[in-house]
Amino acid sequence: MDLLRFATAGSVDDGKSTLIGRLLYDSKSIFEDQLDAVEAASKARGTEYTDLALLTDGLRAEREQGITIDVAYRYFATPKRKFIIADTPGHQQYTRNMVTGASTADLAIILVDARKGMTEQSRRHATLSSLLRVPHIVLAVNKMDLVGWSEERFNEIYAEFTEFAAKLDVPDLTAIPMSALLGDNVVDRSVNMPWYGGGSLMHHLEHVHIASDRNLQDVRFPVQYVIRPMRNELHDYRGFAGQVASGIIKVGDEVMALPSGMTSRVAAIDGPGGPLEAAQPPMSVTLRLEDEIDVSRGDVICRVGNHPEPTQDVDATICWMDSDALTVGRKLGILHTTRMARAMVKDIAYELDVNTLHREKDVTELGLNAIGRVKLRVTTPLLLDDYADNRTTGSFILIDEATNRTVGAGVVREH
Amino acid sequence: MTATSFSQLDALEAEAIHIVREVVAQMERPALLFSGGKDSIVLLHIALKAFAPARLPMPLMHVDTGHNFPEVIDYRDRVVEQYDLNLVVGSVPDAIERGFVREEPNGSRNRIQTPVLLDTIEKNKFDACMGGARRDEEKARAKERVFSFRDDFGQWDPRNQRPELWSLYNGRVHQGESIRVFPLSNWTELDIWDYINSRGIEVPSIYMAHERDVFHRDGMWMAANEFCQPREGEMIERRTVRYRTVGDATLTAAVLSDADTVDKIIAETAATRLTERGATRGDDRVSEAAMEDRKKEGYF
Ligand SMILES: Nc1nc2c(ncn2[C@@H]2O[C@H](COP(=O)(O)OP(=O)(O)OP(=O)(O)O)[C@@H](O)[C@H]2O)c(=O)[nH]1
Ligand SMILES: [Mg+2]
Repeated sequence: MDLLRFATAGSVDDGKSTLIGRLLYDSKSIFEDQLDAVEAASKARGTEYTDLALLTDGLRAEREQGITIDVAYRYFATPKRKFIIADTPGHQQYTRNMVTGASTADLAIILVDARKGMTEQSRRHATLSSLLRVPHIVLAVNKMDLVGWSEERFNEIYAEFTEFAAKLDVPDLTAIPMSALLGDNVVDRSVNMPWYGGGSLMHHLEHVHIASDRNLQDVRFPVQYVIRPMRNELHDYRGFAGQVASGIIKVGDEVMALPSGMTSRVAAIDGPGGPLEAAQPPMSVTLRLEDEIDVSRGDVICRVGNHPEPTQDVDATICWMDSDALTVGRKLGILHTTRMARAMVKDIAYELDVNTLHREKDVTELGLNAIGRVKLRVTTPLLLDDYADNRTTGSFILIDEATNRTVGAGVVREH
Repeated sequence: MTATSFSQLDALEAEAIHIVREVVAQMERPALLFSGGKDSIVLLHIALKAFAPARLPMPLMHVDTGHNFPEVIDYRDRVVEQYDLNLVVGSVPDAIERGFVREEPNGSRNRIQTPVLLDTIEKNKFDACMGGARRDEEKARAKERVFSFRDDFGQWDPRNQRPELWSLYNGRVHQGESIRVFPLSNWTELDIWDYINSRGIEVPSIYMAHERDVFHRDGMWMAANEFCQPREGEMIERRTVRYRTVGDATLTAAVLSDADTVDKIIAETAATRLTERGATRGDDRVSEAAMEDRKKEGYF
């Protein structure tokens, strides 16, 4: 059975959590005790109906305020697929948590309130989904019950969204009119909108073609840990443990370790279930090489004719997630695959205006939730690929060296 | 090899191995929380694989409430011997004896185990503790990061978690702070049993259907034993039961079940209409946010 990871996105109160609750409820994926608890909690709050958003809004503060603060992960399966849902917050203050949920998603559902249309936050989330290269986007025009199930209104919002998305990289877009509250077009097709010819959200989730996003071309194996058993009978065992980021590695392949550039051949691949002939993403394996070459954590094993050039200069688009702004000259920790290094901000090329997608060039800092393009100088050479080619070797996080908090997320871009 | 021969269970295993290796590579003094329950058994199995053929590069840590199922303690001790592991025990009965914590009037050691856990972490200077908790267990857990930061009081701050993108885990801490790590975050109860089945992992016998003296309390079947006796009006009956979770023996209930093989457990798990904690755990019933409150205090 295959697995689809999806995330919700959109402005505060557009109905994301209600939609997830409805999806779980109508697909009979809720346990009785969970439903009892949600019914009791709704009653205690004086809500007239069972507030299905409480299925994911599980924190005390979320329930008090009726908003989502942090991502909730939910799991369910149908006979067709297994799903991992990340229900993310719409509130701008918690954009960092939306980014957390969207970074691993195969599909993002961007909700828009049919009464309000696109807001700045809908645009920000669409921009972030595109930046993170979430391959499939669903535009969910929600609360159709409040606009008289109007086809015209749906078409207006669809046009507004596509006009904006035209400036972004959105490879696959599907638009669905719905009512998360009443369940129209969530699991079952709506009887209130006969003008809509497409399928329900659930139908789309079950059938969307997730052509393997995995890059099987370029071998990249970031070394996590060197296994040395320190026992007499295994005296010469030296294994390089890691998770295959991309490409197919086979026993006998000629490989190069970077940044040293030393070459050897793959002598054996040890998987969790025993020896393997080949490994591909996302397998976690241990490679043994024929020669004793120097390899340690942070190094990357590649094929001889296909490898990234080590570089200390990083050009990237980043999402800044801290109230203490990013400024030129600031020093930060950087974690790229398994390499931890230090970085200095050399330049801020521009900040992206999420409303117009205009590139604002005269900026001296990136504030909380800003998206911008920066140049970094790093203490140790990194082995970077373009994020478009490789979600693992093309991404990094920035860490504040005083507080240790994760303050930025970056993707490496050619253009 | 084609992509299809790699199942979603293999993918969960690969993700968990990656996380466990990150813990050992990034942290100075990690430990693996081991209770002898099914999730910690799967986690240990994965951690052993992650470093094979080398030994497990961290000790196990057990917070022993003293309210144990003997089958589970036997299992724990056998595993420790079989894999030549180091076991650190944080003992609640000892802590009561030396006056570090005080027994609660209702006899439950659920809350007082948290200070013992934190004390054991501090004494051993552990900067990371891995546990088998899963996001599908409970609504507060559903919100928690894989690398979950704890301040120097062991507290979780759910409103201020570190962003966690892709598979990049930030394990940086100052002295006294620590990280709780949950490599099985994305597993469901069914995944755990499928994994136990497909990898042929042994589990303590109390997970399989067996006959036991039980009585009915608050809609749950409690075992009658030295820690827990029926009150007035509650009657002991001999029933065929099994456990879905293993926790403090005074709080953990059994479920009526004939499933005496892993295959039958899988069939039952796939069809059940109750969550495992809802069906068996008195500790979550205290209030709507019982788990969140305990986690804020430092519970796993
Ligand atoms: N009439 C109507 N109301 C809806 C619909 N969907 C959601 N709502 C209501 O909108 C309000 C906000 O819903 P939530 O699901 O909490 O919104 P959200 O997008 O998760 O909000 P955040 O997570 O805080 O960003 C609630 O009162 C819902 O009952 C809908 O389709 N129709
Ligand atoms: Mg919400």
